[in-house]
Amino acid sequence: MEPYAIEMLNITKKFPGIIANDNITLQLKKGEIHALLGENGAGKSTLMSVLFGLYQPEEGIIKKDGREVRIKDPNDANALGIGMVHQHFKLVECFSVLDNIIMGVEPNKFGFLQKKEAREKALALSEKYGLHIDPDAKIEDITVGMQQRTEILKMLYRENEILIFDEPTAVLTPQEIEELMQIMKNLSAEGKSILFISHKLAEIMAVADRCTVLRKGRCIGTVDTRDTTMEQLSAMMVGRNVNFHVEKGERHPGDVVLDVENMTVASKVHKNNAVRNVSFKVRAGEIVCIAGIDGNGQTELVYGITGLEPLKEGKLTLCGKDITRAPIRKRSISGMSHIPEDRHKHGLVLDYSLEYNMILQRYFESEFTDKAGFLRRKNIRAYSDSLIEQYDVRSGQGSVTVVRSMSGGNQQKAIVAREIDKNPELLVAVQPTRGLDVGAIEYIHRQLVAQRDAGKAVLLVSLELDEVMDVPDRILVMYEGELVGELDPKKTTQEELGLYMAGAKRDEVKA
Amino acid sequence: MNEKRRILRNSAVQALIASLLCIVLGMLIGYIVLLFINPTGAWDAIMEVMKNFLHYSKHSLRIKNFGNTLVKTAPLLMCSLSVLFAYKVGLFNIGVAGQYVIGTCASLYAALAWGWAWLPCMLIAIVAGALYGGIVGLLKAYCNVNEVISGIMLNWIGLYMTNMLLTTVKETTSPYTYHLKDSAAQALLPTAGLEKFFNNNTYVTIAVPLSIILAVFIAILLDKTKFGYELKATGNNKNAAKYCGMAEKQNIILTLVIAGALASLGGALLYLTDYEQWQCTASSVPGMGFNGIAAAFLGGLNPIGTIFSSYFIQHITSGGAYVDKTMYCSQISDLISSIIIYLCGFVLFIKYAINRSLDRHDEKQAQKKKSLAATPEESRKGGDK
Repeated sequence: MEPYAIEMLNITKKFPGIIANDNITLQLKKGEIHALLGENGAGKSTLMSVLFGLYQPEEGIIKKDGREVRIKDPNDANALGIGMVHQHFKLVECFSVLDNIIMGVEPNKFGFLQKKEAREKALALSEKYGLHIDPDAKIEDITVGMQQRTEILKMLYRENEILIFDEPTAVLTPQEIEELMQIMKNLSAEGKSILFISHKLAEIMAVADRCTVLRKGRCIGTVDTRDTTMEQLSAMMVGRNVNFHVEKGERHPGDVVLDVENMTVASKVHKNNAVRNVSFKVRAGEIVCIAGIDGNGQTELVYGITGLEPLKEGKLTLCGKDITRAPIRKRSISGMSHIPEDRHKHGLVLDYSLEYNMILQRYFESEFTDKAGFLRRKNIRAYSDSLIEQYDVRSGQGSVTVVRSMSGGNQQKAIVAREIDKNPELLVAVQPTRGLDVGAIEYIHRQLVAQRDAGKAVLLVSLELDEVMDVPDRILVMYEGELVGELDPKKTTQEELGLYMAGAKRDEVKA
Repeated sequence: MNEKRRILRNSAVQALIASLLCIVLGMLIGYIVLLFINPTGAWDAIMEVMKNFLHYSKHSLRIKNFGNTLVKTAPLLMCSLSVLFAYKVGLFNIGVAGQYVIGTCASLYAALAWGWAWLPCMLIAIVAGALYGGIVGLLKAYCNVNEVISGIMLNWIGLYMTNMLLTTVKETTSPYTYHLKDSAAQALLPTAGLEKFFNNNTYVTIAVPLSIILAVFIAILLDKTKFGYELKATGNNKNAAKYCGMAEKQNIILTLVIAGALASLGGALLYLTDYEQWQCTASSVPGMGFNGIAAAFLGGLNPIGTIFSSYFIQHITSGGAYVDKTMYCSQISDLISSIIIYLCGFVLFIKYAINRSLDRHDEKQAQKKKSLAATPEESRKGGDK
């Protein structure tokens, strides 16, 4: 039998407090499309980091074409012909497509660039695989799908044999997904071996030959997609208790807490507005979820509401008070809490201790700062200890632990504790369960529902379909910066939701 | 063994080790340079630099010159506090040299031209430096101008402005400003009896204890107050500071205002002692400000640490004067002390290297364990077959 293109045998990788990969075996045949399926936090990224030499596994070996290899850093991986299209592209925005393709392997004579050959080679490859790229276009001017194809061409130009696609469809429109699938098939027909990381079952069934499923760092099994069904894969992915349905009672919506009127927010990455003329209301005692594919303006919507970015147009009202131009601190004191999308960028000061992070939104209150401006250390410690106890935040040394050393789940719990304990009128939670394990997800969902039941307004922004279907009372779908549909999670289906998210269906949404 | 590693991981211990290593490394390189120039006197020359005032055998002379070193340590400490303070907020205040000069200018001009007393002279220096630092802060906060670029440019502007202004109060036959002792004795900093401890060295004034008190003050401000909490949060993660509603722009400006005030107070603390006069033909900013950068890093970016590092750097700078001029040209003393000072800036690098080697050791240990654990298993497998 022909040896496998890449074999990862019995890989184990541990981090403090968690086994990210527990004895995982993954065998990629030559010329096949092999899907790697698993929920967030199942260990997919860790496994790929091991393959790229970013992490050294405690146990297990990697074989290429049947021979054992040691991959100590990404350069080793490149030398072995392993290439990856990252979820977030690694492109230089102000360079042309061709410049990006040859970057790092620039053909030159006596130090002078020889672009002509490179252009011919790139165009030939583009032709061969149906990539349709324009080598002279600038990256900042082309669509996301085109950028992705530039990344693919980059790998082909380097003559990589093993291509890894890390959740490539998360940022694409349905048509672009269709095209990508075709490109992947072309590639495998030409003998390239493809590893396709995803948690979207339909895509895996459509394009992959085989599928390896990971759950909580363990390898559940490898199956032939021809012999399996979506239901089976789904069961393998999430385990026996497939639907950890969120228990919640009837909703009793009260007064309007947040009123967004005709909000428009400029984009930082392109010239168009990221949020266009959006209006909606969130009432006390309900959870409203903004659903949509990543990059359709959700981030900017939240920035606008929380004050991180100014509004271009529109009006914001919180509990009857106009906060359109209010600074962030004022919004916070007026009853807004914010669990940010990126906990490392916004949510935490990673080099501060846990206790200092716990008071990040309240350090200026008289409980924590005396009249002379000195911090009240004792009160801070006591408050932090009580939050740690109450919200079960686990860390090495309790309140004095440096947050950087804590696990992602516990960092998130610390933020949730801090934001909820502020006792807000409105809780804005952006992807609050991203990258967390099932236990932590369930915990955070329960906290959101508890806030709702306590008569608070909750605005949830999520990319996870399960979360969107399970947690909220109302769903608002966002597509290309606009609200395109309002759905009742009890009456709608994932399929219908998917149509709205992909822009295939839209209604008029009135606030 | 493990205990030793744990101690090595401690950041304070690391800072101390790194600082000492830098000093030794600097001496070594200085020594090698001297060997190349003139091998016979190299060791003596290095020892002279390290000995400084111990060069003299008489106690009275030693103590007097120890006082002189302290007189120049005070402004250096102020400069390094200025650098350190800005650094905690993530700003590199290379404009410290210009702020120091502006402080000198304001205090000397007020003393000589207007005949002000020492306290108002000091205060006007603080105000001038605060404004000067504030310019950098404003540009940074509202126009996103890099503080290093604007700082360096303001250094030159400050220098020539100072030369221009102080020319009006300089001696007619020399490029130096008037002696305060003769022309403006009211502006001399009070000695408060300190001269008695230094063999009647009247240059030793309240500047010395004042700078140390300010170092402690800065330590408390950064560590114990709400203001310090905000500043360090901004320095560590600007986005998080914005997220929780801190006024990060104001904090940036305020930080540079305070940094500027500290540095220019340093200028006043030296020139109001009359230990030196300003040379109105100076064509570059004094090294004091730049030495402050080295002192801040050598002191492990800790206000208390900078008290010692500032003294050390001034110690070798003064010590350079005692190098045997018959064997080496007169610039050699500056060269040697600046090599050592240069190496002092490598503290962070050495800290990084320590951590790297600890990590590598840990990884090796883990792999050893792994192979040890794997061997018996392997043999068992063999047995099964």
